[in-house]
Amino acid sequence: MSDSPALGTPFLKESRADVAIIGSGVIGATIARELSRYKLNTILIDKEVDVGWGATKANTGIIHAGYSEDPHTLRGKLCAPGNRVYQQLCEELEVPFKRIGSIVVSLNKEEIQTLCELENHAKICGVPETRILNRDELHSVIPHLTPKAVYGFYAPTAATISPYGLTIALVENAQANGVNVLIQTKVLGLKKNRQAIILNTTSGYVHTNFVINAAGLWADEISAMSGEKEFNIHPRKGEYILFDDATGEITDKIIFSVPTPVSKGIVFVPFVEGNYAVGPTAEDTEDKEDLSTSFKGLKKVLNFAEYFFPEIPFKRYIINNFCGLRPIADENDFIIRPSYNMKGLIHVAGIQSPGLTAAPAIASMVMDILMDQGLKLTLNPYFNPIRRAIPQIKGSEYKTKEKLIKANSKYGHIVCRCETVSEAEVIEAIRRGATTLDGVKFRTRCGMGRCQGGFCTPRIMEILSRELHIPLEEISKRNKGSWLIKNKVLGSDNV
Amino acid sequence: MYKANVVIIGGGPAGLGAACKAKELGIEKVLILERDRELGGILFQCIHNGFGLQYFNEDLTGPEYATRFIQKAQKLGVESKLNTIVLEINNNKKILAVNSSDGLMEINTETIILAMGCRERTRGAINIPGTRPAGIFTAGTAQRLINMENLLPGKSVVILGSGDIGLIMARRLTWVGAKVKAIVEMLPYPSGLTRNVVQCAEDYDIPLILSHTVTNIYGKKRLTGVTIGKVDEEGNIVRKSEKYIPCDTLLLSVGLIPENELSKNTGIKLDADTNGPFVNQYMQTTIPNIFACGNVTQVYDLVDYVTEAGELAAEGAHLYMKGLTNSKTVLIKKGRNIRQIVPQRISLYERQKPIRFYLRVQYPEEKVKVGIYKEGKEIFSKKQLIVRPSEMIVLEISDEVIRKASETNEVTVKINGYRN
Ligand SMILES: Cc1cc2nc3c(=O)[nH]c(=O)nc-3n(C[C@H](O)[C@H](O)[C@H](O)COP(=O)(O)OP(=O)(O)OC[C@H]3O[C@@H](n4cnc5c(N)ncnc54)[C@H](O)[C@@H]3O)c2cc1C
Repeated sequence: MSDSPALGTPFLKESRADVAIIGSGVIGATIARELSRYKLNTILIDKEVDVGWGATKANTGIIHAGYSEDPHTLRGKLCAPGNRVYQQLCEELEVPFKRIGSIVVSLNKEEIQTLCELENHAKICGVPETRILNRDELHSVIPHLTPKAVYGFYAPTAATISPYGLTIALVENAQANGVNVLIQTKVLGLKKNRQAIILNTTSGYVHTNFVINAAGLWADEISAMSGEKEFNIHPRKGEYILFDDATGEITDKIIFSVPTPVSKGIVFVPFVEGNYAVGPTAEDTEDKEDLSTSFKGLKKVLNFAEYFFPEIPFKRYIINNFCGLRPIADENDFIIRPSYNMKGLIHVAGIQSPGLTAAPAIASMVMDILMDQGLKLTLNPYFNPIRRAIPQIKGSEYKTKEKLIKANSKYGHIVCRCETVSEAEVIEAIRRGATTLDGVKFRTRCGMGRCQGGFCTPRIMEILSRELHIPLEEISKRNKGSWLIKNKVLGSDNV
Repeated sequence: MYKANVVIIGGGPAGLGAACKAKELGIEKVLILERDRELGGILFQCIHNGFGLQYFNEDLTGPEYATRFIQKAQKLGVESKLNTIVLEINNNKKILAVNSSDGLMEINTETIILAMGCRERTRGAINIPGTRPAGIFTAGTAQRLINMENLLPGKSVVILGSGDIGLIMARRLTWVGAKVKAIVEMLPYPSGLTRNVVQCAEDYDIPLILSHTVTNIYGKKRLTGVTIGKVDEEGNIVRKSEKYIPCDTLLLSVGLIPENELSKNTGIKLDADTNGPFVNQYMQTTIPNIFACGNVTQVYDLVDYVTEAGELAAEGAHLYMKGLTNSKTVLIKKGRNIRQIVPQRISLYERQKPIRFYLRVQYPEEKVKVGIYKEGKEIFSKKQLIVRPSEMIVLEISDEVIRKASETNEVTVKINGYRN
């Protein structure tokens, strides 16, 4: 199997790096992998116990075609170029990627104006093959769509991906190519001396020439560590509902409503894993950790699904709801530039939507800035772009299944019945860095199915405990505070 | 390639009942495929009593009840494969299963009995808003943790749903030192058996709050509390009725769903009201060599009924293998205040046995009669002082009534008030 080591490289009290990246979201991870193409000492730091648990964990997972943003902004400029490289990136990293296309659906004739505007954006941004669909075309492409729909704006290059799956793969590949990954490590302060920037972290000090601030919602606080806050980041909520794959096929395209000034609107999306989701809302909040959904928000997104597909009894298929937070900068655009206060510090902040799509383009822009700022790049001759996914029982051919089980009998032991995940997959996920229930879930889909972990939770806890040599009572959902077990049942040792 | 006469998918009480009966009827090769590490299904985590009152006339615990059947199955020569999951059923007779010792297995079989049981509805299914902290468990998961792994999932608990598992867990949690702050039930009446309301909640002074539901969930890492609110008749939350209850654990006992993902792929017809296959009195599905029994067909109140359903399925498989086909079918229609009924059809055989119908009402009523009507005319009725959705009604229908029914293509079952 893969030889990528687990996360959390042992850390000396003082260490040195050429580049330190704060934040292991899709942005930090993409930059880390880019840097691993060169002979550099790179360190990727995150405060959470796993990678990609910020904005990257909970979003719509769409690789946008690139027409929806103002072409004069960075968000507009970097989207289509990001989209273009995804196919190859996902092949190299063995990450599922489906170029299924998206359609913006208008419900009244007036909205045709907005659709024409989108088409104009598409032209400026170089988005290929978009076109406006008339009523008949629209309904023949999406048979279950509400009869009220009149026009559609079709963009065939839009795609879907698992954002955390991608991020995990990027980090594994970066690691295999020499990047050090430090999780559960919070950056507390930055100090500049004559030669370097010194990061004060909860795991010790890092001396480095360059710091990439890819801290998502907390990027403003990192900027403040340079002496002065250069911008503010405001969280904006997006709530979703997730449906069971038992709905059967409803649409093979991503369905958008016509955009509003604050958001691309609500989306009905076939997730890359095969089930549907609807969301997000767009609600500003104060608290950067407020991932709560609301009665109002959930009702709004459910209404959307029911309105667009009136024949489908969606309520019956709900398996979950969740919320993500967009990091919005004051200027409502990406901030990708060197710090004004501290030489060597580079901000990659305000990476709201379409940040996932733009990530590869953002990374190249950051590489240019780094070179501009004096980073010397020598190619890493050992760079290997290929990362292997954890082989899965589910969906594989009979022969492959047979081979997997023959090589490792634990592939024959299915622990998650809804998603058909074997014990071998769980063990490999742990070897690659999962230490919590959520860590296993995001790497294997254990517990993501219709029973939402009802059956497999005790099993996964057992495997985690056995493989990591920690007592069952210490297994958590996602971090220390999210304990699952209070104590052993009293007297149980005596029975 | 393996071969069998009957493959039973699921080794809980339904599967065990079917397996034992099949052997007793002289069927040669009877194979149970069970995904768990032991036979007995959910029974091993149900360490409370109340099992077997009907079947054995004895008050047994879950494990005792299961053990009787496991031993019987062994004695009768039932074969079983544990830790084995069925991946596919192909052409109604080829089963693809997998485990770690045999690897992938293809099993050719004459008949199949589906006995996969059910799963619990989750928070997602009822779409409660709020955060997603640790500390939210389905009642069955918590039961497994406590009774089988000796692990206590939390100390101060709110239980949503007054179904039997919820009620039993309220008592169990109290016994192991947790504080159950409330059992919250959305309906205006409890949804578990009356004996459980009394013995599990009232006897321990645990408040059972009716017409309420959990409206929000708090806590970033571990659950810190929930709000509950009053529900009006239309199911809406009454304004300003919300109340916060601090707790570290929320148990959900909000219903069970028959596990029919495998069944669906075979193409058998499912009933939208039971969420299970559409069966006749021998638990035969709409594919003649596939049978279904136990909680995969509908959620039963008592394990005793489940065992009986398993036995019927084995009899059905036996009849099928003997080549005895049925001549005619009578559909059972749901009339006034009937939520669900099993079997959904009767098949007529030359030699007819009495048939048991298991049904549930939509809402509680007092002083009623449960009747079967043929073209508007009553051919059977039974008086009931009270009917409740939580308590399954069992009707035993004689061969004489069946003969009357068989003169048409459908009969209707309904609940009516009666005048003395
Ligand atoms: C609801 C929603 C829907 C979206 N939909 C899409 C979409 O469909 N398509 C698309 O292209 N984009 C979408 N986006 C945008 C996309 O999700 C983001 O642009 C992207 O995930 C941002 O990644 P990031 O790496 O910048 O931030 P994050 O993923 O938030 O990563 C930041 C990381 O920094 C770490 N960190 C912060 N402070 C510190 C510190 N002091 N020390 C150490 N570590 C620290 C955090 O723990 C976190 O892991 C959506 C966003 C949201 C919220």
